[in-house]
Amino acid sequence: MAFYVVQFLTGLASAAALFLVASGLSIIFGVTRIVNFAHGAFYMLGAYVAFTLTERFSGALGFWGGIVVAALVVAAVGVLVEMVLLRRIYHAPELFQLLATFGLTLMVEDLVVLIWGPDDLVGRRAPGFRGAIDFFGQNVPSYDLFLIALGPVVLGVLWLLFQRTRWGILVRAATQDRDMVAALGVNQKWLFTSVFALGVFLAALGGALQIPRDAVNHAMDLRVIVEVFVVVVIGGLGSIIGAFVAAVLVSELNAFGILIFPKISIILVFLVMAVVLIVRPWGLFGKPEAPARRTPGLTVNPWRPLTSNERLAAIAALIVAAALPFFAGNYALTVGSEIAIFVIFAASLHFLMSVGGLASFGHAAYFGLGAYGVALLAKLAGLPMIACLLLGPLLGLAGAAVFGFFAVQLSGVYFAMLTLAFAQIVWSIAFQWVSVTGGDNGILGVWPSSWAASPSHFYWLSLGIAALAVVILRIIVFSPFGFALRATRDSPLRSEAIGINGKRIQWTAFVIAGTVAGLAGALFAYLKGSVFPDNMGISLSVDALVMVLLGGVETVSGAVIGAIVYKALNIWLISKTDLSKLVLGAFVVLIVVAFPKGIVGTLETILYRRRKSTSSPSPILTSRIETAE
Amino acid sequence: MSMAPTLLSVEGLTKSYGGVHAMRGVSFELRAGEILALIGPNGAGKSTCFNVLNGQIIPDSGRVRLLGEETTGKKPRAIWRMGVGRTFQITATFPTMTVRENVQVALVSHGRQLFNLWASTANQARDEAGRLLDLVGMGAYAERPCGELAYGDLKRLELAIALANQPKLLLMDEPTAGMAPRERIELMRLTARIAREQSIGVLFTEHDMDVVFEHSDRILVLNRGTLIAEGSPQEVRGNAQVRAIYLGDGLLYDARHREGASA
Repeated sequence: MAFYVVQFLTGLASAAALFLVASGLSIIFGVTRIVNFAHGAFYMLGAYVAFTLTERFSGALGFWGGIVVAALVVAAVGVLVEMVLLRRIYHAPELFQLLATFGLTLMVEDLVVLIWGPDDLVGRRAPGFRGAIDFFGQNVPSYDLFLIALGPVVLGVLWLLFQRTRWGILVRAATQDRDMVAALGVNQKWLFTSVFALGVFLAALGGALQIPRDAVNHAMDLRVIVEVFVVVVIGGLGSIIGAFVAAVLVSELNAFGILIFPKISIILVFLVMAVVLIVRPWGLFGKPEAPARRTPGLTVNPWRPLTSNERLAAIAALIVAAALPFFAGNYALTVGSEIAIFVIFAASLHFLMSVGGLASFGHAAYFGLGAYGVALLAKLAGLPMIACLLLGPLLGLAGAAVFGFFAVQLSGVYFAMLTLAFAQIVWSIAFQWVSVTGGDNGILGVWPSSWAASPSHFYWLSLGIAALAVVILRIIVFSPFGFALRATRDSPLRSEAIGINGKRIQWTAFVIAGTVAGLAGALFAYLKGSVFPDNMGISLSVDALVMVLLGGVETVSGAVIGAIVYKALNIWLISKTDLSKLVLGAFVVLIVVAFPKGIVGTLETILYRRRKSTSSPSPILTSRIETAE
Repeated sequence: MSMAPTLLSVEGLTKSYGGVHAMRGVSFELRAGEILALIGPNGAGKSTCFNVLNGQIIPDSGRVRLLGEETTGKKPRAIWRMGVGRTFQITATFPTMTVRENVQVALVSHGRQLFNLWASTANQARDEAGRLLDLVGMGAYAERPCGELAYGDLKRLELAIALANQPKLLLMDEPTAGMAPRERIELMRLTARIAREQSIGVLFTEHDMDVVFEHSDRILVLNRGTLIAEGSPQEVRGNAQVRAIYLGDGLLYDARHREGASA
């Protein structure tokens, strides 16, 4: 019995940090409508800065001073980020906001390694809370008890802040209607900045308070942000009470899940989240979502199938690409195969994002499932390559069918958070279920049959499948189904009023995209000869998002160009620098702020303008990204 | 007219939000080919009534039947399949598509081709879409991006979309709100003509009394969730209670009407 009580207390102690980060995320979202993906990065920064302050400056500040000053320092960094970056994108489509803050996360991950080194750092114990308390023969660290008490105290302070201060009232008013608050003469710039600072302070404090419990490392940002997303999805984005209750719930589920499913404890959290989503899609304490801002809005040139000239150009490009083996070496062909595979992967996500308006932040899950499907079929069942390539992607299909069903119940930022959480769940299953997946060691020795084994043959195979996949996806875009999907994206109200079952259409699109991604993963397994959990990791999901964005999210198949340019750059970049995440993150931020239409989108706009230059230019064509005023 | 069959029958609709009674026992009938206006001050329950008929809101009690078939509790898309077209107070169209494609999507849905992954939509019901656009006077705009249309044109496009499933009943929530006076008259004349020709029942809400008195066969007056009057435009205009609550003394209307008659 005592053991379960101790387990319960450990869960409560973990909830404190989770609550601090989740409440910060909720407060920022409430006012600015930005889901700050970089919140985990601020949490991690809080821990690193607190480590330095408590180690180096403990004389001047003391331990507790170090913790608080660390949170303040990181909050100041947050203010800088808000003023330099976020102010430029408050009116941008939410996809761009998610991507920009994600780019920040990537940059911080490399910066942290650059400054503090790659090794885990073990911080000192908190003075006064070094020992443990004996509880019927079980030890409970006294610091845990401190954290357990801290959660409700912070909740109370926040409540007082929002109920009793003028600033808090303004924040609550802005949460309900920020335009009205601006119309009343409140300085919105200052309000947004201060809210962001508070949110970042809470996240950094959560991170700083972790140093006596856990080693500080450069992967803690993604771990916490995924848990926080689960917390806000369960508790309801924008609700501080919801963040508290859900943080406790998730932490307890984690604490006891380990006892029930020691290998895959995250399953229990997933099940609870699934139930909450079915019963209350907007979370336990959340309010039903206001209609999401339209993600498209940068261009209005209607989509057209290729003209016969454009079709000829595409075929010519394909022929040139197919001629590569006649003048390129094996390394170039392997790179070519990889690019072709990523064209398939990016095209599948692009279909979901541009046609469906569903920005998945965990698309790599289905890529990875396809890869594992092939590896398991080839290694366990010993099936030939053709059979594996046909059947392997079905695992991606199955995963997309299960997760997609839940994901399409939500839209916008909730959809993004949920898909990311699902991808992390799939990743941790691959990582933890060692007996089947081999865990971190992956599955090795997945080699193509002899007919496809040579680099040139494999290249032609990949190129052929890529061309086929892109053509099929384009046909679907212009099919009645594609139009129904666009209709659901453009106006859920109108599409429902003309008999379209939007959820079922979106679910079907999710399954199509997942299956095509699975196909890409299947080929990738044969290209590399192995599969690893990283084949479904977050960085791969981000790669796909960047390819789509680079090509142009509002084009029909800009992702093809995006994938080719990005993958070529990426392979070249990795050979040049160790700080690929820093460069990549900066690249993402730059595209979002300076180049939101992408390569193909920009070209199309130029052509469209030229075609229309006889008539007066439409004001709608001008970019809608504005700065916050 | 009075021989036309009953199209829509609404019995005892009640809906409250917390302590606010949006509708209290609202009952009325609508015949095929009839144009029925639903008027009343803000907060009278017009929108709630519309959203119940359309399936967006489930009433606390009461029932709605379309040609004898119950629609209460059905989803909007199911009610649409039963033959109810709808336009919205704030237009809802597909801004990234062309005008023609907007209508084509509705036609494709009506033809139950939504899960067709292979055919080209460009060839789906193209002529039918063109015919509907001609009908509402939008034929010349067929290839324009919908996002570039002026507001009045969007209203006409919505009408074309609403007609795509050959509806028996049209629900129009403030069809002329935000339009210039001349556009209002044109749109309502068009609606009335189509309703007569195709024997479609029309229920609309409207704040412009010129439009209401000019184009409706019958008027329902709602106040605080209760029907307080029902009758021909003349009857409703003469109703003292309606004047007191909603219309005012109507001097302006009378004056303008007399002017128009003498001109």
